Amino acid sequence: MSDDLFRLTVTEASSALEAGDISSVDLTGSVLDRIDAVDARTGAFLLVTADAAIDQAREADARRKTGDANPLLGIPLAIKDVLCTDGVATTCASRILEGFVPPYDATVVARLKAAGAVLVGKTNMDEFAMGSSNENSGYHPVRNPWDLSRVPGGSSGGSAAAVAADECLAALGSDTGGSVRQPAALCGCVGLKPTYGRVSRFGLVAFASSLDQVGPLAKSVRDAAVLLSAISGHDSRDATSLPEPVPDYAAMLDGSVEGLRIGVAPEYFGEGIDAGVSAAVREAIGVLETNGAELREITLPHTEYALPVYYVIAPSEASANLARYNGVKYGLSDPQAVDVDEMMATVRARGFGAEVKRRIMLGTFALSSGYYDAYYLRAQKIRTLIKQDFDTAFESVDVIAAPTSPTTAFDLGGRTADPLAMYRADVLTLPASLAGLAAVSVPCGFVDGLPVGLQLIAPPLHEARLLRAADAYERLRPAWPAPRQAVEA
Amino acid sequence: MTLDSGYRVVIGLETHVQLKTASKMFCRTSAAYASAPPNTLVCPICLGMPGVLPVINAKAVDLTIMTGLALHSEIPPHAKFDRKNYAYPDLMKWYQISQYDLPLCVGGWLEINADGETRRINITRVHLEEDTAKLTHVVGEDGQPASLIDVNRSGVPLMEIVSEPDITSAAEAMAYGLKLRNILRWLGVSTANMQDGALRIDANISVWPSDAEIGNAKVEVKNMNSFRALGQALDFEIERQIALYERGERLVQETRGWDETASRTVPQRTKEYAHDYRYFPEPDLPPLIITRERVEGLTARMPVLPDAVRQRLVGELGVAPTDADELIEDRDLTAYTLDVVERHGGPAAEVVTWVLQDVRRLLNARELDSHDMPIAAASMAQLLDLRAKGDLSSTMAGTVLEEMFATGKSPDEIVSARGRQISDTDALVEIAREVMAANPQAVADYHAGKDRAIQFLMGQVMRRTRGQANPGKVTELLRVELADDGGE
Repeated sequence: MSDDLFRLTVTEASSALEAGDISSVDLTGSVLDRIDAVDARTGAFLLVTADAAIDQAREADARRKTGDANPLLGIPLAIKDVLCTDGVATTCASRILEGFVPPYDATVVARLKAAGAVLVGKTNMDEFAMGSSNENSGYHPVRNPWDLSRVPGGSSGGSAAAVAADECLAALGSDTGGSVRQPAALCGCVGLKPTYGRVSRFGLVAFASSLDQVGPLAKSVRDAAVLLSAISGHDSRDATSLPEPVPDYAAMLDGSVEGLRIGVAPEYFGEGIDAGVSAAVREAIGVLETNGAELREITLPHTEYALPVYYVIAPSEASANLARYNGVKYGLSDPQAVDVDEMMATVRARGFGAEVKRRIMLGTFALSSGYYDAYYLRAQKIRTLIKQDFDTAFESVDVIAAPTSPTTAFDLGGRTADPLAMYRADVLTLPASLAGLAAVSVPCGFVDGLPVGLQLIAPPLHEARLLRAADAYERLRPAWPAPRQAVEA
Repeated sequence: MTLDSGYRVVIGLETHVQLKTASKMFCRTSAAYASAPPNTLVCPICLGMPGVLPVINAKAVDLTIMTGLALHSEIPPHAKFDRKNYAYPDLMKWYQISQYDLPLCVGGWLEINADGETRRINITRVHLEEDTAKLTHVVGEDGQPASLIDVNRSGVPLMEIVSEPDITSAAEAMAYGLKLRNILRWLGVSTANMQDGALRIDANISVWPSDAEIGNAKVEVKNMNSFRALGQALDFEIERQIALYERGERLVQETRGWDETASRTVPQRTKEYAHDYRYFPEPDLPPLIITRERVEGLTARMPVLPDAVRQRLVGELGVAPTDADELIEDRDLTAYTLDVVERHGGPAAEVVTWVLQDVRRLLNARELDSHDMPIAAASMAQLLDLRAKGDLSSTMAGTVLEEMFATGKSPDEIVSARGRQISDTDALVEIAREVMAANPQAVADYHAGKDRAIQFLMGQVMRRTRGQANPGKVTELLRVELADDGGE
């Protein structure tokens, strides 16, 4: 067992640790060796904090001796580099934040530390979480562990690839328009976007504040549930975090879908959706139906507007959120500049990548005097209509099932010349983001050897229902293989 | 107002007020930056670090609503914060959290007295935002110009009160500013000190020929650090704009700054920061729901305001209007005076005179704020009681008051230590009369030509004053009294 401890799920490792079969130092050492062995191929990490991780593992082992049995105690996890980590460089994969070391932890990071988790490093991503392929990293791209010539999805591509390639037992990502779910689908792991407000955003470097949510990426639904319980809950430092109590989500997984009403909307199976993906998802839904779920056809008529609405709202918020990176206080600077205007211009020209600049310009334009009503205000109104579509649908169904991504992982460089084609990668995840709903992607099959994700969407704060359905499906599905061939070649 | 010169003056004022809260607007860092060394009252939030979030200071919202209530504003049930985007080094996030279309307070008015007239100046709105960091422009060690940033002020709660363009002269603008400052102080929402920057008034001013329609162009004037500067800057602008018309030129919309040393307004560089603020709702803060209960609770907690006190002083207590106006300029002194009036029970007008003259002179001499009044209202009332009973002459009362200021002792203590009536004519006269009444024989002897009798009477006075009276003075008084008595 000791050779491949890195292959364990959080739940398996936690049992082994609790039984005294393994130590966190062993487990963490195994994961760090795995990173050494395969990360050059996946590019999943921007920073590996090996020494700190071993220290944390020792501490976890000591804590366990005092009777602490937290399910995350001693579990090696990876953190998307969009989350601030006290004393550890946080770059958002942007050159503009090169060298920035926050003096504070994101609330989710603090909560994982409090639970005794071991943090092995910071994962790669699209710069400032803007992208669907991880090719927008200011450092290096991430490769899909199932096929190194393909993208892992984005923006949490590093976290998804790290989980899929067993470089950590689970990871945190962030999802603004699909950035947890889409890479989870493309890399064949579980990715959960919680209800907006369920998880604190404090210390999550903002992309689009009204959409951003931190979520777990994991090897199983149960693992995702364990992480969600650890990171959720009200935070006095985030005025948008919700006060509702946090249940033990893992304890609520009973494997049953009996009587579950599943909505299926034609809008999610239409034009632009790969036939193989559609078929795999329909088959998964069929499995649920066979096991007691009830299928209902629903309609979400404003779905087609989600993409344009998102690409007005998210860049608008981003244009303000990214204004602070001006070279004055942290990150990239320009000591040669003659004045502040020149410094700002040079720092932002050098520090931001093309996609970030594109979105800053889009957002600045959409908010400009004379255009605000036509773009931002109208987008907000349509956002309300999209929400109402879901409200109506959830009157008659418990969850909605759909593909997570229109296609499987595409070729590296395949869409970089066509931003609109890239944006369409999120077309199936954007509506739930705009409506602030809970949604999960769970692996449901393969097309040409590449994973397909089944997306389940639930009403706000119904993560328990969502996870129960996803877990039930996972139990009914054939055992999921690991992508050993590509990464271990 | 139409000037004699045939022009109309249109002025609107934007007043920024730093609120008196313990912590900053959106973080828990102390807002008491005035005496703190630069960049010591900062945290990731007010520094605008990556990933941080604002949380609303509820006290600042309350103080803003109270200000709105004092200005007769409507407090709508829904308000929200917005982001105002502009790139400037004093702004940590390069956007300011402010309020755009749903401010906390809407409408209202302020009554002013100026140019011998009482007028209502309408208020457009009162909203809440965060202050910026402070820039100081210096010459660096290398001889090049440099700018220093002190982030202590960043995030301090800032309330903005916007008036309608109802103001028609520099005098009215000053009256508005003074009245507003006084209300803010009475409310206790701000120190409202202009020299510390706790109160900053910017003016929008345009002058138009009386026979022309009022257009859109206006000049924004900034950098007035005192009420005097406000008046001077507006008077300068009125003349400058009239001169423009006289030369056949048009008013250009621009921002000008008041140059104190040159006593003129000068154009400010604004081209590079041509403002499109791209306001949009602040997604990090949920919309504010201001419940009726909250507004009612604040209404119940509203302190009495200067207009109401003035009315009471003049109408009910008979204080001279000019004295009342002078007194209500100072909230603490007014409260003190009313306390003394209640304890003393004598005419309020006399108390007010006493406070405005003697007490204030002593405060000024010691450079004390009325807030730091060293004499308890009870002691002051006691002094006035003694004075009213004639136990103290006005001179003597003044001396005792000075000693009260110096020592903090009560008038009784001071008087008994010094011995009463040492050379207090009124009191000695009274004692002399009592002694004369008690010793008719001696009086008769005196009138009969026995000069020695006066020695006896003096002895009696000295005994009653425990030897503290001035014998020469007593003899002199007795002679006068005996002479008057002789006229019976």
